Amino acid sequence: MSDASDIIAAREVFSWRRVAALLLRHLYVLRRSWPRLLELAYWPTMQMMLWGFITTFFLEHSTWVAQAAAVLISAVLLWDVLFRSNLGVALSFIEEIWSRNLGQLFVSPLRPYELVSSLLIMSFIRTIISVTPAAFLALPFFDVWVFQLGPPLIAFFANLLIMGWSVGLVVSALVLRYGLGAESLCWLGIFLVGPISGIYYPIATLPGWLQPVAWALPSAYVFEGMRGVLFEQVFRVDFFAAAVALNVIYLALSCAFFLFMFHTARKKGLLLQQGE
Amino acid sequence: MTKVSASPVVIVDNLTKHFGEVRAVERISFEVLPLSTTALVGGNGAGKTTTLSILLGLLLPTSGTVTVFGENILRHRHRVLGRMNFSSPYVDLPRRLSVAENLTVYAHLYGLDRIPERLRALARDLEITAFLNRPTGELSAGQKTRVALAKALLNEPRLLLLDEPTASLDPDTGDWVRAYLESWRRRTGATIILASHNMAEVERLCDHILIMRDGRIVERGTPAELIGRHGKSNLEDVFLSIAREPSGVAGKDFSAVAQ
Repeated sequence: MSDASDIIAAREVFSWRRVAALLLRHLYVLRRSWPRLLELAYWPTMQMMLWGFITTFFLEHSTWVAQAAAVLISAVLLWDVLFRSNLGVALSFIEEIWSRNLGQLFVSPLRPYELVSSLLIMSFIRTIISVTPAAFLALPFFDVWVFQLGPPLIAFFANLLIMGWSVGLVVSALVLRYGLGAESLCWLGIFLVGPISGIYYPIATLPGWLQPVAWALPSAYVFEGMRGVLFEQVFRVDFFAAAVALNVIYLALSCAFFLFMFHTARKKGLLLQQGE
Repeated sequence: MTKVSASPVVIVDNLTKHFGEVRAVERISFEVLPLSTTALVGGNGAGKTTTLSILLGLLLPTSGTVTVFGENILRHRHRVLGRMNFSSPYVDLPRRLSVAENLTVYAHLYGLDRIPERLRALARDLEITAFLNRPTGELSAGQKTRVALAKALLNEPRLLLLDEPTASLDPDTGDWVRAYLESWRRRTGATIILASHNMAEVERLCDHILIMRDGRIVERGTPAELIGRHGKSNLEDVFLSIAREPSGVAGKDFSAVAQ
């Protein structure tokens, strides 16, 4: 017989244990698959190397670029925070669909917002695994110590992580609604915001009509803030506050969108039909 | 053993589900009593899986109500999901996780205590101990079915829903699963609802049968009642005679017939 305590536990409105159960599910996969762990760290490291060597080449040809080595490498690493954070949410979700596990999950006492919580935490873990090796390798290869950004680095990291969560949740919601046909949005979605985030160049470089769009993105404030710290040794609190405010709005909207799509999936009978 | 109340475990009232123009389920009503095994029987597209999905709260109906353990499943599914479980060959467990890992994850999702002991006992019972540490994706169909059953029985459900529990199994494994389910139900006093095409399975396991066609319940009763009412020698023939009736005749609604 089920214990009464089990039944009470199953009825809890929010259970960290159920969130932890889903984290365990993804950590089991990572633990037994070294190629996956390697792949997580591989691309950020390759990006950093590529941009590092390009910068090294230009160092001898431009005094501006001579100051910019740290900027470009820091930008590459921070962009990867955004990219990996988005993938961390979307791929963890799609993995449930690939394995036709979604129906099983939702006949358990798991609540949709507990699934969302686990996706966000898993994204944080994946992002840390992804960018940490590249951040440390930048020192021996290019004499760039990204941690010289100091405490603002945490602010930049957190804002990009949360923005990646929002994009990842929207993509996951679309996959839930439209199936694996929408899978490629995992990669396409985030690259839409790349060119207008001012990763490698100031927002002022963009055409005038595009600049308001860019300033509607938290990432624009982060990368402008990063340049402020590296070029002028100034942490722009106003940029930080704007990024936080936008992230709060976007994260709330993306969570609401995911839950709405979950409700739609229940109306359309999609939870049992998902799979390859 | 928990004291069993005589009030129905499941009450379905005037349940309807339309997908656009498609009437997947049309005004069905039935009750499932404790300790019973009820079969939802019907051809492809009859509405069995749709009905099961609504009972599980995975699918929202167009209209009607479903009460499970006295709770409205459409509004308060989380109050009862801990006492239910489900198995189907059409859903899976993550293939890369070992059997033990998958069962551990689900044990946590159900908030269970003493997980290692429970897993060991269940594995012994379902004869899956030998492959607990193998990736789930590498198992044969029969082994996967037993693992799926282990997941479905983890929380010792009071209500077990099964969608075609022996589909794609060889006769020997299918027989093992049926025998196991029979003894499990006797031992635990749980209630089972199963959807199946396999009339021999239904005749062996079920004490009440709902035959669906075109989203409606067109016949209901015990196996003996149905066989007697239709003048046939077995359920297979009853099913075939109903399936071959013109749809206007088979479409008559027996939902008002009392159990």
